[in-house]
Formats: sequence, structure tokens, C-alpha cells
Amino acid sequence: MALDLTSGARTGSTGRPAPGAHTLRHRRRRERLRTIGFLSPWLVGFTVFFGYPLVATVYFSFMHYNQIKQPEFVGLRNWSYVFTQMPLFGPALWNTVWLVVVMVALRVVFGIGVGLLVTKLKSGVGFFRTAFYVPYLAPPVAATVAFVFLLNPATGPVNEVLGAIGLDGPNWFNDPDWSKPSLVMLSLWGIGDLMVIFMAALLDVPKEQYEAAELDGAGPLARFRYVTWPNITPIVMFAVVTGVVQTMQYYTQALVAGKLASGVTIGPGTVIQPGYPDHSTITVPQLVYQLGFQNFNTGAACVLSLVLFAIAMAVTMLLMRRRSGLLSAED
Amino acid sequence: MSPPRPRAWPAVLLAVGLLLSGCANPSVGSADDDPKAPVTLKFWHGWSEPGEVKAIDASIRRFEKLHPNIQVKTTGNVSDATVNQALRAGGDKAPDVVSSFTTNNVGQYCDSGMWADLDPFLRKSGIDKRKVFPRTLLEYTQYEGTQCALPLLADAFGLYYNKDAFAEAGITRPPRTMSEFREDAKKLTRRDGGQVERAGFMPNFRLYQNSPDRMFAQWGPRYFDKDGKARLAKEPRTRQFFREMSRLADAQGGYRALERLRQSFGDEMSRQSGFMTGKLAMHLDGEWRGLMLKEAKPDFDWGVAPLPVPDDQADTYGRGYLTGTVAGIAHSSRHQNAAWELLRFLTTDTDQVVAFANAIHNVPSTKAALDSPRLDADPSFRTFLRIAKNPHSQALPPSTTGGQYVTAFQDFSYSVESGREKDLDKGLRELDRQIDADTLQAEN
Repeated sequence: MALDLTSGARTGSTGRPAPGAHTLRHRRRRERLRTIGFLSPWLVGFTVFFGYPLVATVYFSFMHYNQIKQPEFVGLRNWSYVFTQMPLFGPALWNTVWLVVVMVALRVVFGIGVGLLVTKLKSGVGFFRTAFYVPYLAPPVAATVAFVFLLNPATGPVNEVLGAIGLDGPNWFNDPDWSKPSLVMLSLWGIGDLMVIFMAALLDVPKEQYEAAELDGAGPLARFRYVTWPNITPIVMFAVVTGVVQTMQYYTQALVAGKLASGVTIGPGTVIQPGYPDHSTITVPQLVYQLGFQNFNTGAACVLSLVLFAIAMAVTMLLMRRRSGLLSAED
Repeated sequence: MSPPRPRAWPAVLLAVGLLLSGCANPSVGSADDDPKAPVTLKFWHGWSEPGEVKAIDASIRRFEKLHPNIQVKTTGNVSDATVNQALRAGGDKAPDVVSSFTTNNVGQYCDSGMWADLDPFLRKSGIDKRKVFPRTLLEYTQYEGTQCALPLLADAFGLYYNKDAFAEAGITRPPRTMSEFREDAKKLTRRDGGQVERAGFMPNFRLYQNSPDRMFAQWGPRYFDKDGKARLAKEPRTRQFFREMSRLADAQGGYRALERLRQSFGDEMSRQSGFMTGKLAMHLDGEWRGLMLKEAKPDFDWGVAPLPVPDDQADTYGRGYLTGTVAGIAHSSRHQNAAWELLRFLTTDTDQVVAFANAIHNVPSTKAALDSPRLDADPSFRTFLRIAKNPHSQALPPSTTGGQYVTAFQDFSYSVESGREKDLDKGLRELDRQIDADTLQAEN
């Protein structure tokens, strides 16, 4: 009796399946079912919450569908509408990219800075760690409302203080040039999440490496460049990747800040129009919601979702590749 | 696990297709029910203030007394977005009778079939809608011949003014034309250096109820041509409107100075609002504000008048922007005949319309109710009744895109007032192109 490695079945000298072949097949099928069984929670979750929505999004991007009548195939019309006839697509994409680049970069730099500060402090460590972490616990809407109040150009205390020292404060959330930087300030205020992970990463750097560097005559900058940075690089990349994905979904703070700063009354029956001032705070996720659930232009909303998905995938893949490159080079 | 074999792909695709189209198939209602049979209807509305909720609940109780077989379960404070999403989702929890505080979405409701066509019900009940409802109100409750909504009280917009500030500035009566308006606004404006402390009238489009479409109604524009194409670039009144708004702002210190003042105002409904704090001498608002002002008792005397009209249309003085609450029957309702009984009572019963209008200080929406001697005799309220009856008063035309064209017009207006739009003609052409593209996209 020999084992046929290609078919996986036992064969007798006559070439017919040996009596044990059936048992082996049965065992393999059982193993396969067991594997599927163990995987099934993930498979179900993946299919229901990712696979099906993704297939449905692609399907509806080629359909005219107002969520009442049956979908009708319209070819590339939704795609052409989004790319050539929707004036808010450009500003929304630009704002989203701007926030991804500026907000993520500044949050990471600021997070490392605050992490370094709270790990180097000799006294008052508990106070500063708490002071930097607590804002992160504030609900996003409440924090945004507070910032809009503080930065009100006419009555806000920030401009009052600036005025008292002879500076003409900007219009913050009411100025298209300042609205996105104001949102960045809001996100930097809530840096607690990044502070915690950078603090943990910084405390994890082996002390001996610093001692060795000092013996070699390395100053603070050189120690950061050749000891700290290589050690915390994986955490930096983690912060960047998650930051990019989160910022691509940026919605609430921009919507609340724009709505409050505009002062426009949202009466019953009316809807919040995002983007104030001058479309400077409109983001792609806001546009997806507006198209899909206010205008019921499902096809165009699906196109935008796919664009966002493609960009998020591309950026993440790029960063992941960069991350593995960095890790292999440094480790 | 190996992927499905090639011959299995058609079956997989068919399954996915069936799943997708199945999920995309909303529930459909019917009008086969017996309106005399016992039934519980679900009525969703947007009223949330205690006085308003009390008034609508009292209306429902009157209806239930007349129709003992029909019970009505009301849900208040419901926004259009919620109604839209609930009716699209369908199911037995969806409402039978629905209402909306804005006329903006009527075109979308009628064109999509989300609200049932009411003409068969009107015919069945022998109601001649043209005899019952004023023309403007009928126009904003239908789209391309489909009457999917009926007016359930209306709103008219006029000018509230501070009589004390008028007396102090030596102004004897409210302005009637735009040139008078500009002059009075200038006289009433108080400045401290570069800062405006009180504006005569703030034309900034983001102020409270000041949306540009409401102001633009004083010019009597036509938004669409007979083929449904946007014609704002062709409409000469559009340029006149933007020019006049800009001159009005400049006469009081300019857009930026007024914006700075606007940012110091409190919430519209609070005692810190611009008009209540005396930072605005004149103010555009709806008829409901009168009731609120009476309750709030500001420390100045106030009056109401129609908003001024362009100098070359002085004979139209008395006109104003009209809108209102609309009500209809959900397409998914399985009790449409019973739902019609409720809708008919709320929208066409003269006693009910008058009682409800008096209770919440809204303009009645039927001809008989508008002429009723039982209407509130308050002079400020009567001013709005006259605005509502004025043949030149205007409502926004319904569109299949809902309020999307209004939003586009508002966005454009914000750009114009802030000076970001440098070429008005080119911008208006682009606006028309965008509105047409949105309409085409909605119709497909």
C-alpha cells in the first residue's frame, strides 16, 4: 500500500482506493469543517459587515437608486456626476487630504513631544500626565462646542486676551483660512491617546542604549536620532496608520464646528449643511452622508465611498510597506 | 477551501444580485382598507414646543371623537431626515400619516412616490382642491401634477421693527421700497469706529431666518423655465437682488463689520437674540415670532410690516415669502383610507384649521379659514394673514431634488455676499448648470 501524495488517497496495488482512503477523506473533511467552524465568527462578520457592503457599494455605484424605487442600471453616470458635475467633491477631497497630512503629522509630532515631556519630568508627573490625558476623554461634540465658544471672534475669551496684549485675533472657525487649523488645534488639545502610547514606547527604550550613546559622546539630539527614534518607529507607524484611517473618516468635529460657528438656525425640517465657512470644513464622509441620506442619491454616495476606500487602502498599503521597510532596516 | 468553480459563478452572481435587489425593494402600502373598521394610525409630526404639542394633541382628540373607530398614535419632534429614512426602510413601525415643516422636499416626496398621490382621495371625497386651498399653497404641495401633500397651516415672512429705534431716528413708518429700506437702515445703524453696535437691518444670509431665497421672494423671481431648467442666470431680478443686498450691507458698514456683529448674537430663540437685545432695529421673521415676543416682553415697543419690495415693483408691496407645514400619506401605509380621513380633517376642516392656527399662531391654509371671523384678531398676526393672501407672495417651486437647488442657491449667495464670487454672471451660469446636473442626476 502506498500513499499517493498528489491525490492524498491511499491506493492498493490494483489502483483502486484502499479501505482506509475513505476514513482519511472523512478526517480531512472534518478538519476542514472544524477550521471553517473556528473561522466562522470572523467569516460571518467579514461577510456581513465588510464583504456584502463592499459588493453592494460597487453594485449601487452603477445604479440609479433613490431607496424607494427599484434600482436602474445607469452605467458610469454616477461616476461622471461625482467627478465632473459635483462642485463640492473637489473641496471635500482637498479638505480631507489636508487634514490627513497636517493633522496626522502634527498629532504625531505633538504626541511624541508630550510623551517625551511627561517621561522626563522629575516632579508633578502625575499631574501633567492627567492634565494631558483628560481632554481626550471629553466627548467630541462637547469639546468642539467649547472650542467654538472660546474661539468666537467677537465674544470669545481667546481673542479678548489677544486683544488685551495688542494682537488682532483671527476669525478662527469663521475664517476659511483658519477653520482647518482651528480643527487641528482641537485635535492637538485631545492628544491624550497618542501621549499614552508614546509614553509607553519611550519608557520601553532600553536604558543601556542611552548610557552607551552617552559614553560615545552623543548629545540629546543624537541620542534621540540614534536611540529613541529607531526604538519607537513601529509605534510611530502605528500612530500614523491609525491616524490616517481615522482622519479619512473625519466627520463630527468639522460638522459641529461649522454649524455652530455659522450661527445658522437649524429649524425643524431643515438639515445641517456642512462646510462653513466657504466649504473649508466639508469632508468626504460628510459628503457621503449628504448624498446618501439627505439627497438619497445612493449611486453617487457609493462612488464617493469607493473613492475614499481606494485612497485609504492605497495610503495604508504604502505606509505598511514603509513600516516593514523601516523595521527590517533598523531591526 | 477552493474558490467556487467557474460554472458556479453565475449562481453566485445571481444570489448576490437577488440579495441586493431584495434589499433594495421597499415595502408597498395599499388603499384597500375600510375606513370604518377599527384601526390605529401612526402620525409623525415635527412640533416639539409644549404649546404646539398640546394643540396638535387637542386636534387629534377632536378627530378621534368624530371617528371613534380610528385611534391615532402621535410621535412629535420628528425631522424630515427621520421621516425620509423611516419611509425608505419601510416596515410596520413606519408612520401612516406624515408631516414636514418645510416645503422644500415636496418635489422629492411626490416624484419618488414616497408620499401617496392624494388626488384619488380628494376626488373620492368630492373635494375641489382649487376651491379649498390658496393657489400658492397648492403649488408648493404638488410636483408635476402629483398632489402628494396638502398644506397644514402656512408661514408668512415679514419685517419686525423696533418702534422705539424708529422714533429715535425720526422714522415715521416702516419702509416700503428698497431705497427707503436702505436709507432707514443707514439711519438706524449705530457705529463705534469700525465696529457696528446696532444694524438697521442685517442682510447677511446666515442670520437666523434670513436665507437668501426668503429675501429673494420680494423680487418675485422664476427659478425654472417651462422645461424645468434653472434660469437664475437669465433672470434679471437675480442681479438686482444681489446688487441691492450688497448696497444694503455697504450702507451699514459692510459685510465684514456686520458679520462681526452677527457673531456676537445669542441663540435665535433666546433673549440674547439680535432683535431682543436691540442690536437689530429691523428683522426678517415669520408670524410665530409675534407670539414669542409677546411672551418674552422685550423692553422696547415693536411692530410688524411686510418686507419692502424693489423700487420698480412698488405696486407689489405687501408681498412676502410663504412656506408652511405639509402633510401626506406614507406610500407604505396599509391603512391609506383611514389615513386620508385624518389628513382630510387636519387640512380641510375649517373649524379645525382655525382652532389649530389660533393655538400655534400660524397662518391658516384654507381659503375658508383665512376668511374666518374666529381667527385671532391680533394686529401683528393679521399683517401676516394679509401677506399670505397677497397675490404677489411667493413660495419656492418644488423640485425632484428636494431642497438641493435651494442649498445650491444659498451656497452661491454666501459666496457673493462675502465677495468670494468675483464674476456674478459666470457664477450664475455655473449655478444653473449645477442645478440642472443635480436634477438630471435625481431623475436619471
